[in-house]
Amino acid sequence: MKSSVIVFPGSNCDRDIAVALEKMQFKNQMVWHKDTKLPKSDLIVVPGGFSYGDYLRSGAIAGKSLIIDEVIKAANSGCLVLGICNGFQILTETGLLKGTLLRNKNLKFINKDVQIKVLNNETKFTNKYKKDQILKINIAHNEGNFFTDTKHLDELKKENLIAFKYCDENGNGNQEANPNGSLENIAGILNDKKNILGMMPHPERMVDDIISNKDGINLFSSLLN
Amino acid sequence: MKFSVTVTLKKDVLDPQGKVVENTLVNMGMNNLKSIRQGKHFEIEVDENDQKNAEKKVDEMCKKLLVNLIIEDYKINKI
Repeated sequence: MKSSVIVFPGSNCDRDIAVALEKMQFKNQMVWHKDTKLPKSDLIVVPGGFSYGDYLRSGAIAGKSLIIDEVIKAANSGCLVLGICNGFQILTETGLLKGTLLRNKNLKFINKDVQIKVLNNETKFTNKYKKDQILKINIAHNEGNFFTDTKHLDELKKENLIAFKYCDENGNGNQEANPNGSLENIAGILNDKKNILGMMPHPERMVDDIISNKDGINLFSSLLN
Repeated sequence: MKFSVTVTLKKDVLDPQGKVVENTLVNMGMNNLKSIRQGKHFEIEVDENDQKNAEKKVDEMCKKLLVNLIIEDYKINKI
């Protein structure tokens, strides 16, 4: 499976995701944001970091970069697209995913391992997980507070487009388990065709027991499935 | 031609920064304070003599980049 990781000035999880993808036997290429051609890819990853120093709004400037037109074209023709953290913010700024990520409710940058629950395990990204499986995944963001309008929220629920929700150790999605104030504890969403996933937690940081755990690995093996 | 653009969070969107500023001012004794919403301010100069055309251009800038229409409102004023 061929993957491309888009690199912006200020991306800082691009190497981590590349290492995770290569560990899982993806044939990966790094693509600079000024490039106008995207290599043939089955998966495009928009990585985490602080593209353009979060100027204007997180992801706003990266969302208008040259390569993004190609990403949008590929996404519209069915290519799989994964946006992690700043990548999720960038995807909402491009319009590929609806909604937006507001500043964390407590106004603090949060870097910690949190529990998330797999709500939909029938997608290209999550099919190796069990439904309602609880994962421990790192989050590291200042703007992760997912917000959208009622119409979109209804669509997310009705069409089963919420991939992950924040929860406690027992899987309860209560406010105490909501790290950033996200609407209904939402941690990751899909587009209506389910070929685009945006998520704030970092699965690429959870692929090796030496540094963390392996809870993120099944996201990549799902893609290979 | 110069314009100012003010961008603020929509009424229904939580503005935690504005809230903290508001609480601090209340704690400082500013008793008549009713509410504060924090926003962004841009000063934009456009090379255009016709005001309508210039405003149209600034409006396009707002819609395409400066404002996230899901959560923000904006006002354009000539200065």
